[in-house]
Amino acid sequence: MIEMQGVYKTYPNGVVALNGLDVTIDQGEFVYIVGHSGAGKSTFTKLIFREEQPSKGKIIVNNKDLSSMKWRHVPMLRRGIGVVYQDFRLLPRMTVYENVAFALEVIEESPKTIRKRVMEVLDSVGLKNKARFIPDELSGGEQQRVAIARAIVNHPGVLIADEPTGNLDPDTSWEIMRILEEINASGTTIIMATHSKEIVNTIKKRVIAMEDGIIVRDEHRGEYGYEI
Amino acid sequence: MKFRTLNRHFKEGTKNIWRNSWMTIASVGAVTTTLILVGVFLVLMLNLNHIADNLEEDVQIKALIELTAEESQVEEIGEKIESISEVESVTYATKEEELENLIDSMGEQGSVWEMYEQDNPLHDVYIIKTTDPLDTMNIASEIEAYEGVDRVNYGQDYVQNLFKFNEYARNVGLVLIFALVFTAIFLISNTIKITIMARKREIGIMKLVGATNAFIRWPFFIEGLLLGVLGSLIPVAVIVGGYYYLTQNMEILSRFNFMQILPFQPFAWQIAGLIIGIGACIGVWGSVMSVRKFLKV
Ligand SMILES: Nc1ncnc2c1ncn2[C@@H]1O[C@H](COP(=O)(O)OP(=O)(O)O)[C@@H](O)[C@H]1O
Ligand SMILES: [Mg+2]
Repeated sequence: MIEMQGVYKTYPNGVVALNGLDVTIDQGEFVYIVGHSGAGKSTFTKLIFREEQPSKGKIIVNNKDLSSMKWRHVPMLRRGIGVVYQDFRLLPRMTVYENVAFALEVIEESPKTIRKRVMEVLDSVGLKNKARFIPDELSGGEQQRVAIARAIVNHPGVLIADEPTGNLDPDTSWEIMRILEEINASGTTIIMATHSKEIVNTIKKRVIAMEDGIIVRDEHRGEYGYEI
Repeated sequence: MKFRTLNRHFKEGTKNIWRNSWMTIASVGAVTTTLILVGVFLVLMLNLNHIADNLEEDVQIKALIELTAEESQVEEIGEKIESISEVESVTYATKEEELENLIDSMGEQGSVWEMYEQDNPLHDVYIIKTTDPLDTMNIASEIEAYEGVDRVNYGQDYVQNLFKFNEYARNVGLVLIFALVFTAIFLISNTIKITIMARKREIGIMKLVGATNAFIRWPFFIEGLLLGVLGSLIPVAVIVGGYYYLTQNMEILSRFNFMQILPFQPFAWQIAGLIIGIGACIGVWGSVMSVRKFLKV
């Protein structure tokens, strides 16, 4: 469960990205974050895995208060949260297999478990036969599937996806959405910032709309609600 | 940390050396150059020290007894010298023995001195060695003041210059070696820093997946260690090989017994160990320094 109370975020350069956020997201929910560019969607997601810290306010993730969390506990927090970005963020010099395995090496899993689990998860995103490729040898959709595989390989409770289909063509985007829905069906909370009106209006989920750092709309089975 | 994780870090560190082959060559080159210089300096310094020690060992004081001194007075002088705590040994030589030694040491030309055998111009002497050669001058002037001692002889100018030169050479050598090592650390930390700039994004991604700082740092640590050790291989070969050649071809010099250089065993191997150790330290230090500031993500 994720809970934010009165959260503000001002960047060091003075830009106010979040201007008082109150929101609760329950375990197993699928939430779209929509809004114009610069509305604060990415900042909102970054607070959840403590890539950024709020200037003010309280954030609780998996029953842990992030404001009092020590630096050395941050890796533990992040192991429970998968993150997927528009630009994939794969380790460019590692193979697909190594990229996914990395998330398990970090938690010191046994090589046997790693091999089994990595192949399992690569199979679930349809990339079992590309395990030995490096990211540059893959299409955008394939790279995003590797990123998703890495994000879910250690069974995180939450998956955050910041415009995961932003760089992909429509067909590939639907493919990614199908995978995300599957992951959600297995109980993982999904928080997805997106600009895709088609996706939001077709696959109906909870919609949180943001403008200038505040939430202006929060509806279950909501609409995209903007013209672009 | 579990053993398998250490194993993983080792593999990763080794892989990085291959992946960044150009940077590897640059760093190893920097370490190699420095270590050859450091090695040559070390060999020079330690041998100079050794020779200097030998020379200092050879320094002795001759106290010349007055020609008119009584036998009892001579004995008394001997006892007084022996009672000085800084004195290591005292031996007595008559003027006949002294002349014999002189003639022997002159070799061919010694015969010229044989004519003095009838009318010996030399003095009976006490030959004194001090425990610390640096006390030579003080002890000498103390003995010179004794009644019955005509004068003392210890190669006054020679000894003073020798001590000054030795101290100077030691200090200059130490400063040079430190300067070289720091240059090398700077060079390697800079080369690794360049590779890390390129890897900055990668480090960010690793932290995103929940890697701890230690987890990220280990492969770099091992990489630095390997770079340092790789960089010490050529210097070790050059220094050990060069020193072997030198010791095999130094017979001419070693005829002058004060020019004894240190024997190949175990000196060359000690230097080799020292070079590998310095290389490893340079590598580790360079990599740890350069990775540090990228970990605050
Ligand atoms: N690291 C940063 N430093 C300074 N300003 C930032 C930073 N990241 C985002 N911002 C600013 O904060 C505001 C919100 O950005 P962001 O959260 O990325 O919005 P969105 O993802 O909705 O486009 C924007 O005005 C943006 O320029
Ligand atoms: Mg954004």
